[in-house]
Amino acid sequence: MQKSLHIDPGKCTGCNQCETACSMENEGMVNPAKSRIKVFNFHDEGRFVPYTCTQCDEAWCMHACPVDAIVLNPANGSKDVLDDVCVGCKVCTIACPFGTINYNTSTGKVVKCDLCGGDPACADACPTQAITYVDANATGLDKMRAWAAKTDNAAGA
Amino acid sequence: MSWTRKVLRVNLSTGSVSEEPLNMQWANEYLGQRGLATRYLVDEIDPACDALGPDNKFIMTTGPLTGTSASTGGRYSCVTKSPLTGTVACSNSGGHFGAELKFAGWDMVIFEGKAASPVYLNIEDNVASLLPADDLWGKSVWEADKLIRQKHQDPQIRIACVGRSAEEGNLYAAVVNDLHRAAGRSGVGTVMASKNLKAVVVRGTQGLAGLQDPKRFTEVVKAGKQVLADNPVTGQGLPTYGTQVLMNVINEVGALPTRNMRETQFEGAAEVSGEAMHEPRKSDGKPNLTTNGACFSCTIACGRISTIDRTHFSVKDKPEYWINSGGLEYEAAWALGPDTGVDDIDALTYVNFLCNEDGMDPISLGSTVAAAMELFEEGVITTEQTGGMELKFGSAEALCWAAEVTARGEGFGKDLGLGSKRLCEKYGRPELSMTVKGQEFPAYDPRGIQGMGLAYATANRGACHLRGYTVASEILGIPEKTDPLESAGKAGLVKAFQDATAAVDSAGLCVFTTFAWTMDDIAPQVDAACEGDWSTERMMEVGERIWNLEKDFNQRAGITGADDTLPQRLLKESANSGPAQGKVSELDQMLPEYYQLRGYSADGSMTDETRQRFGLPA
Repeated sequence: MQKSLHIDPGKCTGCNQCETACSMENEGMVNPAKSRIKVFNFHDEGRFVPYTCTQCDEAWCMHACPVDAIVLNPANGSKDVLDDVCVGCKVCTIACPFGTINYNTSTGKVVKCDLCGGDPACADACPTQAITYVDANATGLDKMRAWAAKTDNAAGA
Repeated sequence: MSWTRKVLRVNLSTGSVSEEPLNMQWANEYLGQRGLATRYLVDEIDPACDALGPDNKFIMTTGPLTGTSASTGGRYSCVTKSPLTGTVACSNSGGHFGAELKFAGWDMVIFEGKAASPVYLNIEDNVASLLPADDLWGKSVWEADKLIRQKHQDPQIRIACVGRSAEEGNLYAAVVNDLHRAAGRSGVGTVMASKNLKAVVVRGTQGLAGLQDPKRFTEVVKAGKQVLADNPVTGQGLPTYGTQVLMNVINEVGALPTRNMRETQFEGAAEVSGEAMHEPRKSDGKPNLTTNGACFSCTIACGRISTIDRTHFSVKDKPEYWINSGGLEYEAAWALGPDTGVDDIDALTYVNFLCNEDGMDPISLGSTVAAAMELFEEGVITTEQTGGMELKFGSAEALCWAAEVTARGEGFGKDLGLGSKRLCEKYGRPELSMTVKGQEFPAYDPRGIQGMGLAYATANRGACHLRGYTVASEILGIPEKTDPLESAGKAGLVKAFQDATAAVDSAGLCVFTTFAWTMDDIAPQVDAACEGDWSTERMMEVGERIWNLEKDFNQRAGITGADDTLPQRLLKESANSGPAQGKVSELDQMLPEYYQLRGYSADGSMTDETRQRFGLPA
């Protein structure tokens, strides 16, 4: 079963555990500045929103790459950057409409979420289930369940 | 490691900025944050110096776990000599500023001297520079934050800033970071402003490498997070109601100080409680509370994100306050509510916003307003001083007005900015000040929670709940239940809480974790992150050493055992209702045993023997 990262901003508290976990997993140190997932705080609105790559099927980054350095990982559907092929031209960062692929000045390569090879550290670290790793065919299941619970079928009548 | 091993020293008089290695011998003895920065302070200033003079120093300091994935590992403190109390001051704050400082590569920043004109410090990783702040001076924290962001055009910077109250010499001014988190107590913001330092701006992209044992650290951090999630206080009570979960509880046990501590129960407590923050209001159907928010790395998330009713008198013509921002936490809600007799949750939330906007400690503000209200009722302060305002207990209008004039240091706000002790002295009624060593009380009446009386009397920064929170044991039964009305056995309890808290603070963690964590949960996280052997026993020893170092600073500043006392009201006037009815604080029953356990002389003085036992500077 293919899985997908699912984000429910309503549950996010802005603790940044996802950013620390992502950077630990991928950079070997806690460094939110290098995290592939970012939490945005819309202060005046009282909202926190985690945001990262959604692994588009027709990925703009993958199609834009002139050296085919971004490839589909058939196991989990992620689009992975091949570091030894990437030339750091950044065309993918222009192509991506969501801003979720970025250039890393210390390596000269681009970085993006690769779902940690199928076991995303951010979802594991999230204390509120704002980030979950769920069946890619039913990312809406929790929302459906929540609305289903509100549906009156007159059972109690 | 987990310390970055780098200290940034900023001489404001000369404008020089330099890097030096962290004193690792002191780190081994005092861990970090509160303890380690106090060790630097003891070494570098005369404890008897003028707190607002250039000889005082101002230290922003992180702990070894600040900036790690350990839950709540994002705390920093401001350490200096307090202008409010004359004691050592250490005010702790969360948010994201502390972790960012660590990611920029610094364990602490030491400010010395005084700038000739307003400046702010800008830190971008290894590079730090002092920049002019003439355009920021005279601005609130919120305005300054906006201007700094416009100038730097980097949305990821973190800012700690003082407001107009600090500039005007308010003695309980806070340092506010991330708009609504604050190093709130003891006037650390006043010291920062006295140095013409408006703000510290930091951007850290270096991260924190070199954990001692990353694999084990990940494991123990995960186990620690699970303990917090499974605990009813940290897993449910605090996320749902914040610290405001306590308002109704403390009122019921008869320990909610009311109307300048004349009473111990407040008839309007439910109106300003955590539960009330969830109630939809009439005007727009929305509750006061929008959501809960977390500080860096915190998996508890007790922070309140709130709005004020737009139709409320305080903000109906001020759309700039129709936003979400930091909402009421228990101590603030108590000081601004029960202690002033005001049961209007929107008024309290508005004043809480003002405290963040202009950097004031809401505990000290509320308590000082409460003292002023009693002085007004006694006829000592009249409408002549207040410019016509009827400063009566229970008046939401008076409370909002008082906060506005104090935030800007205008008119009677100057008097209110003195704090309760100096205000009551100025008007000839010192006995009406509910303070210890000049610092205002927090939200637990020592007549109804006996251990807190001893904790307040002996706390090294004056009356404070965060130096020995025996409420955990006496009311909540953590780690085990003791009788709140009983003074026997409390000396040992207070000491144990004081020592443990000093160690938790110094690690860079939040003391709220200790509702669930014991030192056996905390020590392994420090041990896996840091070099050396950090057992539970060593953590407790370090905590006790830190406590005694602070005590010794105070003694050298001229503070004696005679200052380890409570206002006569709490020692002589018994509680008039509730479970504690008829009780006074039995401080005199607890103090001798406490001094003995601490290894102090019978008059409460630090001894050479205790100094030597902990290797304190001679």
